[in-house]
Amino acid sequence: MTDQPNDPNIKLVAAPQETPSALMMWLGMADNSFTRQKTVKFGDPSAVNSGRLWSFVTVIALLLLWWVSTSQGWVKPIYWPSFEAVGKRITKLLDQGFRNTALWEHVFISVYRVLSGVFFGALVGIPLGFAMGLSSTARGLFDPIVEFMRPIPPLALIPLIILWLGIDETAKITLLFLAALFIMIIAARSGVSGVKISKVHAAYSLGASKFQVLKNVILPNALPEIFTGIRTAMGVCWGTVVAAELVAAEKGVGSMIMIAKNFLQTDTVVIGIIIIGLIGYAIEMIMRLLERWLIPWRGKG
Amino acid sequence: MTGANHNGLVVDDVSMVFTLPGGGSVHALNNVSLDLKSGELLSVLGPSGCGKTTLLNIIAGFLAPTVGAVFLNGKQVVGPDAERGMVFQQGALFEWLNVRKNISFGPRMAGKPAKETNEKVDHLLNIVGLGDFGDKPVYQLSGGMQQRVALARCLANEPDVILMDEPLGALDALTREKMQGLVLKLWKETGKTIVLITHSVEEALFLGERLIVMAPRPGRIHKEYNLPFAERGLTDSPREIKASHDFIEKREEILSMIWEMEEEIMGGADT
Repeated sequence: MTDQPNDPNIKLVAAPQETPSALMMWLGMADNSFTRQKTVKFGDPSAVNSGRLWSFVTVIALLLLWWVSTSQGWVKPIYWPSFEAVGKRITKLLDQGFRNTALWEHVFISVYRVLSGVFFGALVGIPLGFAMGLSSTARGLFDPIVEFMRPIPPLALIPLIILWLGIDETAKITLLFLAALFIMIIAARSGVSGVKISKVHAAYSLGASKFQVLKNVILPNALPEIFTGIRTAMGVCWGTVVAAELVAAEKGVGSMIMIAKNFLQTDTVVIGIIIIGLIGYAIEMIMRLLERWLIPWRGKG
Repeated sequence: MTGANHNGLVVDDVSMVFTLPGGGSVHALNNVSLDLKSGELLSVLGPSGCGKTTLLNIIAGFLAPTVGAVFLNGKQVVGPDAERGMVFQQGALFEWLNVRKNISFGPRMAGKPAKETNEKVDHLLNIVGLGDFGDKPVYQLSGGMQQRVALARCLANEPDVILMDEPLGALDALTREKMQGLVLKLWKETGKTIVLITHSVEEALFLGERLIVMAPRPGRIHKEYNLPFAERGLTDSPREIKASHDFIEKREEILSMIWEMEEEIMGGADT
């Protein structure tokens, strides 16, 4: 295989270079045909390829280190479990659950808390952000609260929430609601403020009323920012729910690893951490897919 | 001149002084008067900072003049309205809507029956040469095509006056010439009053039945022309007109006029 053009009228003067195989390119061991034509590569971000081979090296090395260090007894099982222990524990967890609760239920309850928090945060935050972006009165009224609350990590609110609402489900969802609320207010506000004035002018000149401009121009124009807000809120709430469950909870992935720690079940702790990472990653990926599907015009205005 | 008794578009002794938030003020327009009969095409030229866009924004109703008033068919302009349509330079299309929905925006907002609107959109799509592009998202179109959509969107609303703020300014030279032909064609077919702001002397000459050259600081009308080229452009080839002797003569005259103004402005600075 060569890169020679198929047009018979074009004759290459120099002999075409041998093209690297698709596998080599996939592994990042060879640049794609476009990058190969570049003479300036250092400093050109698009000339940096995936380097996938090295990613495999990293993953395999880490797994190898895990296997050797535990099987050789370099680390005690209480600090880091062996492969076999983790495998056995997973089977057991899937089979019997953890503390009379199925594993999927621990995961489900955490995800449910996050979704509820983000839902109510968006429900209250989006209209508030719109009001702040559109009305001086609303901006004046809520600005001190929003600017004051914005830098406070949601975790710092846990003691107050426990004092006010105890440790039941309402308390957790309230905490996540607060974590999502200010992110959503700020996202909606900046979405509204980001509208190009020529679009608003165009709509008025086409005879739209104020309400029609709000519904047909300002709202759709703000959707990409609102979606970014939801994505950020999901990420922050996922981190917050795990931490909140570490403090006080009967169920949920966070509580699972905290309780497991008390029984020195390091393997359960590690499994929990892996689950937390996977779910966080899955949330991010699902949100990106949704975004591409729901807001295809993003960044094309 | 009082616009209240006139048919057509009347700009009656308009002055505009912008008060800056940090103190101070900018005198953007000084005693500008215009009288446009229904169906006239006026192009507005001038060096940057001469208040062209301010004038257009006042006619559109986005700005209230400090002194004077604008009248359309005897009615004073107090805000934006469907009777005065706008075509912006670029980026004023609604990127979340497809081509059809962009064009039908005005009729839909007015609650016109869907069937009638659909037929109108079909008709307009053909006129602007986008018959096959109705269901495409606007961001997939080229710059020239997007401006065709902007023109069609404006026409779908059947305004009395079309205000164009550098509508072809961001297009490449070839597309721009083609679009000038389209603007002429639409002007002839619809008989709309058009106010066109442009930086291009050639475009102003070619499209403007009437042309005003504005001078800066404060923005005012410097010179006014009545031109034959737009009328000729309806029948003759644009290239021929633009190469003709009297066209070139006018072009050079106006260019040196604008150059002089620019030099006057720059005279104060060390350039």
